Amino acid sequence: MTKFVTLQDLYRETALFRRRVLVVAAGVLLLALVLLARLFFLQVLQFDYHSTLSERNRIRLEPLPPNRGLIRDAKGRLLAENRPTHSLNIIKEQVKDPARTLRILNSLLPLSADEQQQILNIKRAGGRPFQPIAVHFNLNEVEIARLAVNRYRLPEVVVQADLVRYYPYPELTAHVVGYVGRINEKDQLTIDQARYAGTNHLGKLGLERFYETQLHGEVGYQKVETNARGRELRILEQTDPIPGEELTLYFDLDIQRVAMQAMAGRRGAVVAIELATGGVKAMVSSPSFDGNPFVTGIDGASYRALNESEDRPLFNRVLKGQYPPGSTLKPFVGLAGLHYQKTTWRQVISDPGFYQLEGSSHKYRDWKKGGHGSVDLKKAMAQSCDIFFYRLAHDLEIDRYHDFLQQFGFGLPTQIDIGGERLGVLPSREWKRKKLNQPWYPGETLVVGIGQGYMLATPMQLAVAVAQLAKKGELIQPRLLQSMTQLAQHRELPDLPGLAAANQEPLDEDAASLSTKKLDSPAEISAPVRSPVALRDPEDWVRMFDAMHEVVHGAGGTAKRIAKDIGYQMAGKTGTSQVIAIKQDEKYDAKKLAEIHRDHALFVGFAPVENPQIAVVVLVENGGHGGATAAPIAREVLDAYLLQDYSVSPIEPESLH
Amino acid sequence: MLSYRISKGTDFIRSLPQHQRRSFLANPWQWLHIDPVLLGIVLSIIAFGLCVLYSASTADMATVLRQALRMAMGLGVMLMLAQLPPAFYRRWTPFVFGFGVVLLVLVLVMGIDAKGATRWLQLPGLPRFQPSEIMKLAVPLMVAWYLGDRVRPPKPKPVIASILLIFIPAALVAKQPDLGTALLIGAAGFMVLFLSGLSYWYLLSLLALSIPAGIVMWYGFMHQYQKQRVLTFLDPEREPLGHGWNIIQSKIAIGSGGIEGKGWLKGTQSHLDFLPESSTDFIIAVLAEEWGFIGMASLIGLYVLMVYRGAFIAMRAQDAFSQLLAGGIVFTWFVYVFVNIGMVSGILPVVGVPLPFVSYGGTSAVTLMASIGILMSIHTHRRLLVG
Repeated sequence: MTKFVTLQDLYRETALFRRRVLVVAAGVLLLALVLLARLFFLQVLQFDYHSTLSERNRIRLEPLPPNRGLIRDAKGRLLAENRPTHSLNIIKEQVKDPARTLRILNSLLPLSADEQQQILNIKRAGGRPFQPIAVHFNLNEVEIARLAVNRYRLPEVVVQADLVRYYPYPELTAHVVGYVGRINEKDQLTIDQARYAGTNHLGKLGLERFYETQLHGEVGYQKVETNARGRELRILEQTDPIPGEELTLYFDLDIQRVAMQAMAGRRGAVVAIELATGGVKAMVSSPSFDGNPFVTGIDGASYRALNESEDRPLFNRVLKGQYPPGSTLKPFVGLAGLHYQKTTWRQVISDPGFYQLEGSSHKYRDWKKGGHGSVDLKKAMAQSCDIFFYRLAHDLEIDRYHDFLQQFGFGLPTQIDIGGERLGVLPSREWKRKKLNQPWYPGETLVVGIGQGYMLATPMQLAVAVAQLAKKGELIQPRLLQSMTQLAQHRELPDLPGLAAANQEPLDEDAASLSTKKLDSPAEISAPVRSPVALRDPEDWVRMFDAMHEVVHGAGGTAKRIAKDIGYQMAGKTGTSQVIAIKQDEKYDAKKLAEIHRDHALFVGFAPVENPQIAVVVLVENGGHGGATAAPIAREVLDAYLLQDYSVSPIEPESLH
Repeated sequence: MLSYRISKGTDFIRSLPQHQRRSFLANPWQWLHIDPVLLGIVLSIIAFGLCVLYSASTADMATVLRQALRMAMGLGVMLMLAQLPPAFYRRWTPFVFGFGVVLLVLVLVMGIDAKGATRWLQLPGLPRFQPSEIMKLAVPLMVAWYLGDRVRPPKPKPVIASILLIFIPAALVAKQPDLGTALLIGAAGFMVLFLSGLSYWYLLSLLALSIPAGIVMWYGFMHQYQKQRVLTFLDPEREPLGHGWNIIQSKIAIGSGGIEGKGWLKGTQSHLDFLPESSTDFIIAVLAEEWGFIGMASLIGLYVLMVYRGAFIAMRAQDAFSQLLAGGIVFTWFVYVFVNIGMVSGILPVVGVPLPFVSYGGTSAVTLMASIGILMSIHTHRRLLVG
């Protein structure tokens, strides 16, 4: 084979080989020591570091959202409850291709456009890792079954049973209880992320929003061991959530239903306040709406329909509607006149049907052509004589008028425990200068003297004023909440990654302060700075009651039609206020145009007159005459409260004066 | 136990021819061509490995039994190969090597794709196998065969020839791509070359050459995933959820084991699936997590003992082929161990090298046992001057 026979010296070569083996063996020892040194470094020197990482890998803090507090009416009926529903959730970490997920889901169940968009953008959603994100609610049995069958195709989809807010009497309570809605991006900035970990909903309107802190409860949490794919394997430790407080209201569903039925879908508002407590027994803003779709996310078309409806069902007329109170203001102006001695019960004036200021040719007309003849205060009240009050307002002058009416809360917040109220306008020289940069003209005093002109009040403000009147000047604080459970105990949340939304940007201070500002809390309602109204002659209260009694029970009273078969004595005042504030819209047809130019019908009252228990305010937008339209509704409400008569008479044909 | 076997086997002994009977009675291990020390060490490592595998497979007895069966098969192969004299290996070495190269070429032509690599070959009538495994033994055999006939230290021409013998199969395997196995094949060949007395000057110049070679490798042969691995190795945080995930999680597993470990079956990293490939290439991380530094030191100690026993056998080998082959095999084992533990603990790139006798998997276990068998053959077929 080989050409040259090379002599191998096995002895020398073996020696060489053995030397080389020893060299490599030494190298082996060295490398073994390198490995041991590396392991010593990792396992002994860096043990704490890696141990922490290992625990963090393994342990996850899962929030346990509290059950939202229930809301009950005065008789214990549930107005807001939590119903178990199944929701479709997606774990974004397990989504490979959002378009694919959406395609399969679309073939299984109908998804709204918003939901589809949410699924496509699921990768960008915030929240803790491996936290299921709810994208669709109210799955029915068939849909649950379909999802279960397709589970192998959709490992990222989880069906969860949650409790979702439900309003059993949606139309009756929407403007009182309000509704909860999904926590959106904007809410994320204002809420305490840790407290709302695992919670999907937040009070957006009404009591749900006002008492959000109490209704929400305290979040619980559990430490769970999870594997690398985020699946929970076992619970290591658990702290139960504390459910939200249960609210019991003064609000009475029976009375509310009566008021709502009496309104018969007409635009307007009804407020009934219990005088002993300030409890709001009924609070109708008509027409109303169903709050339930808002809980799970109302679809765009339905929302537009509600929002663009000419009847504005979403508008809370009780708190936000600012109307000229019209003649319902006359008892207050009358009392002001008595207090400031600008009139007496004995003063009689002659009413020719108009009133003229000295040096002016302008005639301020009465609603009744030809006038009421000889009129004293009582008759002016009963027949709502404008001329008497023009004269009185002129004598009072705007400053006294303003100061006296402010004592009844006009132009001030009622501080009812539901957010969003407007303040109305109690005009004054200062107000006009600030608002319009104009001086006050004497003629304007006449107009505001009969509750027109600049004078605006919300139905709630009017109700509070009437209640204060019925209580002879005593202050009254309107309240929806009667009592609530006391379950809460402040709990320190553990500072572990996961619960405090480790993946969220830390809240900046602006956002944190915003949260306290935005959410009204009961603590913010302080006692009104006003003091009770003290009349120069306290007997004038009863005399004014008597005059208001005449409105209903007197032969010439403007609301005498409701005195028929009445089971108690009541005091009241009708009002018919001219429409000036309603915007005109081109698309209204002629018939509609005529209607929206009609006067607002108002009625305020309380009963029984000898021992007032309840005050009521009714406003029917474009309802025509207060005595004809508004007063019968007030009668129904009073019957319901005083006599527990919850039947509602059929609506009588409207009579225009 | 031994005496029990002998007494039970009395009839068997009596059936043997006279000279064999004497030999068996004088030294039964020698008669079986087994080195009991090496076997004892290997069995200890296997036993330890099975315990770890039981945990790594989340207490799946079936997996452990499958692995134990493979080990038993490997022991059978070892026993068989130990019976063949070194001269037999020497005779067949060129054929095995040539056959292996042909198979490697076949893999590139008609291999089976799996996980983005073509490593397997399906020949009619044979189970599916990786020809690269054959080369792990065929390359040191071939280099030892080639250099065994030549003067040591080798002259330049044989050195270059040896390098070609090493490089051709290594490059074929690297092309599959299987960088880990290519490196191991190259390491085994070079180990033989080094043990043959290769001048340190050659070594230095080879190192100098490896730098341009490395550049050629990077741009010419390395696949994207291999480049990724090197880059990720240099900075695992670069891709914490991608390629860096393995190494980050294995370091956490090892580090959180501490001195005493979390206890057998109590490793959270492996049992909660944070650790990928926990029963194959990364099984050492399971061991480190559950048995701690003490367990790791014990295992590394066992490997060093195994290598040293092998080195002892190599030093006592009587001819050049046996010496070079034994030395090459023995130290290659340690290369396996070092590369695997080094990669799992984050000081070497992730190249996919299994841990000898511990990682789950059939082919490499059989190859390893075969190499033990060859070593035992070398040890037990010496011509003794005395006796």
